[in-house]
Amino acid sequence: MPDTAGDEAETVLRLAGITKHFGALTANDAISLTLKRGEVVALLGENGAGKTTLMNILFGHYTADAGRIEVEGRPLPAGEPRAALAAGIGMVHQHFTLAEQMSVLDNIVLGTQRLFRPRLDRRAARTRIDRLARDYGLAVDAQAQIKDLSVGERQRVEILKALYRDARILILDEPTAVLTPMECEALFATLKKLVADGLSVIFISHKLHEVMAVSDRVVVLRAGAVAGTRAIGETSAQDLAHLMVGAELAQDEVAPATPGPVLFALANARTRSYGGAGLNGVSLELRAGEITGLAGISGNGQAALAAAIAGTLPLSAGTISIRGETMARWSPRQALARRLGRIPEDRHATGMIGDMSVTENVISEGYRSRRFSRLGILDWAAAAAFARQIIAAYDVKCPSEEARVRLLSGGNMQKLILGRALDGDPEVILASQPTRGLDVGAVAYVHRRLVEARDRGAAILLISEDLDEIQALSDRIIVMSQGRLSAPSARGARSQRDLGILMAGHGFDEHGSASDAA
Amino acid sequence: MEAFDILLTASFWAAAIRIASPLIFATMGELICERAGVLNLGIEGIMTAGAFAGWFTVYLGFDLWTGVMIAALTGAAFGLLHGVLTVPLGLSQHVIGIGITLLATSLTYFTYRLLLPEVSSPPKIEAFQPLAIPGLSEIPILGPALFEQTPLTYLAFVSVAVVAWVLYRTPAGVAVRAVGENPSAVEAQGISVSAVRIGAVMAGSALMAIGGAFLTMSAFNSFFFEMINGRGWIAIALVVFGSWRPGKALIGAILFAAFDAYQVRLQQLTGGVIPYQVFLMMPYILSIAALVLVARRVAYPKALMVPYQKGER
Repeated sequence: MPDTAGDEAETVLRLAGITKHFGALTANDAISLTLKRGEVVALLGENGAGKTTLMNILFGHYTADAGRIEVEGRPLPAGEPRAALAAGIGMVHQHFTLAEQMSVLDNIVLGTQRLFRPRLDRRAARTRIDRLARDYGLAVDAQAQIKDLSVGERQRVEILKALYRDARILILDEPTAVLTPMECEALFATLKKLVADGLSVIFISHKLHEVMAVSDRVVVLRAGAVAGTRAIGETSAQDLAHLMVGAELAQDEVAPATPGPVLFALANARTRSYGGAGLNGVSLELRAGEITGLAGISGNGQAALAAAIAGTLPLSAGTISIRGETMARWSPRQALARRLGRIPEDRHATGMIGDMSVTENVISEGYRSRRFSRLGILDWAAAAAFARQIIAAYDVKCPSEEARVRLLSGGNMQKLILGRALDGDPEVILASQPTRGLDVGAVAYVHRRLVEARDRGAAILLISEDLDEIQALSDRIIVMSQGRLSAPSARGARSQRDLGILMAGHGFDEHGSASDAA
Repeated sequence: MEAFDILLTASFWAAAIRIASPLIFATMGELICERAGVLNLGIEGIMTAGAFAGWFTVYLGFDLWTGVMIAALTGAAFGLLHGVLTVPLGLSQHVIGIGITLLATSLTYFTYRLLLPEVSSPPKIEAFQPLAIPGLSEIPILGPALFEQTPLTYLAFVSVAVVAWVLYRTPAGVAVRAVGENPSAVEAQGISVSAVRIGAVMAGSALMAIGGAFLTMSAFNSFFFEMINGRGWIAIALVVFGSWRPGKALIGAILFAAFDAYQVRLQQLTGGVIPYQVFLMMPYILSIAALVLVARRVAYPKALMVPYQKGER
């Protein structure tokens, strides 16, 4: 493809014909791309399109099956992060590679001084880090322990790590996935300064508006291959979406809800901290026929809220009530008996047991019931029939109901969880990050099923870090910050920016509940 | 009252420091391994092998420091085996560790029988002698307790300072700590996770072996079967007690040794009214109690016992 923009700029990076297979899956299929000095190239694609694999090959975490990489005209040895670093490539991984119980400074200097020096030169490092931080707007306390930093600060440390090593090419893998809208703006400002100083940036994302905002050129990946390359001035969000999905995106409009009575309520709930903040005086009502969306930056108490509702985390104060009846005891078994359907946040860790079969997994919530067991003996025929029923009804692609769940793709695993959770028409549905890591088709499917459940009269709590998803599905939106809930707002009542301000923790009063009126 | 007076005698503290010495070496060794993310349950066997290797070297006519070197090299060799099996191959650290302990112990006894087929009671060597440090050894109580010890005891204390310095003040130490916290952070900075972990396990195992050698070359002058007698396992507890910090682990080792020295003296004091096994139990019971009190909220290395596979999806 001929390059029209900036022929005078020097090409700093050239990938040619990169191919990588994982078993039967072709993650990268003969991908080629170039990057020029001072350019931001966005690598756009759905989850699973091969973006991260490609960058991991570039950085030497994986070795490509075929293809060549050249940095400033010199070939880059494959499979060696050290060589990539030496060539001036810095990578900010989606999952940060930081040692939590060590200082910012130690994380940054790790591997930059000769290993067997008798003494680490912290003073010189400190000076250099402070200068870089000042120059590029990456304020962070070099003495602080990583575990005490916010996600945004950790990302700054990752960028500083790359800059400290004089990176000339910076790769950012989904950098905005964990940031508030305001932190995103700060990141984009930093990127502008870096590019002005002659760095080149590869920006991986699946969010169209970000790509349009920061990049000079977009390379779209679809199913492991390059679907197209566009200069940003010659394309539009629609055009990119089309390239990304391979078809027009039909965004379903969600019909307005008709809320019924309160089915589930939490009053003044408090818990210990749990995977981040605990609940800090949370009151919440879920009504029949309504989807309540819970937005927030991860670690602000969403995990505690989900665990408290599911019955795995005891409340230290406050009450849970079902249909107005206060529950004296609340446990996962009680939750199931009261027809609570759960879609856990992490389908691998808590949703499914990878080494057990589809059948065993789908009856894991109901194996005690008369339907699947008599006198303590399992009725495998009934269980298998149930598994086949879910496989058919939810279009799960798997070899058979005896297949181990580990072998299923993320989307199919999620459909299985959805089938298990929605079986028997639960009254209350707890959906934590129900579409994380799924491709667009699977996302639409999960959304459709949730809206169907709502229309049947279920009360749904949707917990998600994806604001677009929250805004698309929720009849009411609540923001969570440091274990507190904001006042709810009706669909469309708050802009994404307003939500972002709440997500950053502004606008909450002292008593926990939010003060701003929606 | 008499029971309390014991605590003020120089001989009691001298004994405590002597008993602490092998524990200090072993604890520092285990600490290095665990800081790098590898639980080394081979410690008991590695100490046995070190005890024998050092002693036998001297028995063959080499000098004492050569014996210490050979003990360290023997430990490092077992560390290499442990490291290769658990780090690049990612095998279970528990199983490999216990395996190494059984292997090293049995191999040591077998070698002993092979090399000394004729002896009924083990031959003695000329062990390290106490070395009074001029001036310092004249301080009341503290002097005889701390500064009239054998060179190996001094080395034990030096090893704590060295381990602390290396871990917190050198680039290599930063790499070791990082590899025990988050191996992918180390990989992303262009350092080989395997090299750092294997190196740490070898260095740690060498220290464990010197701890074993202390028993045959300083505390006693001969090699007996079963002479390590659970000291390796105590070292593992001491690492937790010390929250993976060299200084705190040193205090733990001295505390445990003091309990041990104390119970021996109490046994003599009560003159057999209370069965002596009760006193033998005491240091262990107190250790468990201390562990419960101190170690409940410690921040352990995040990647401890988590194998790292490069390029895993």
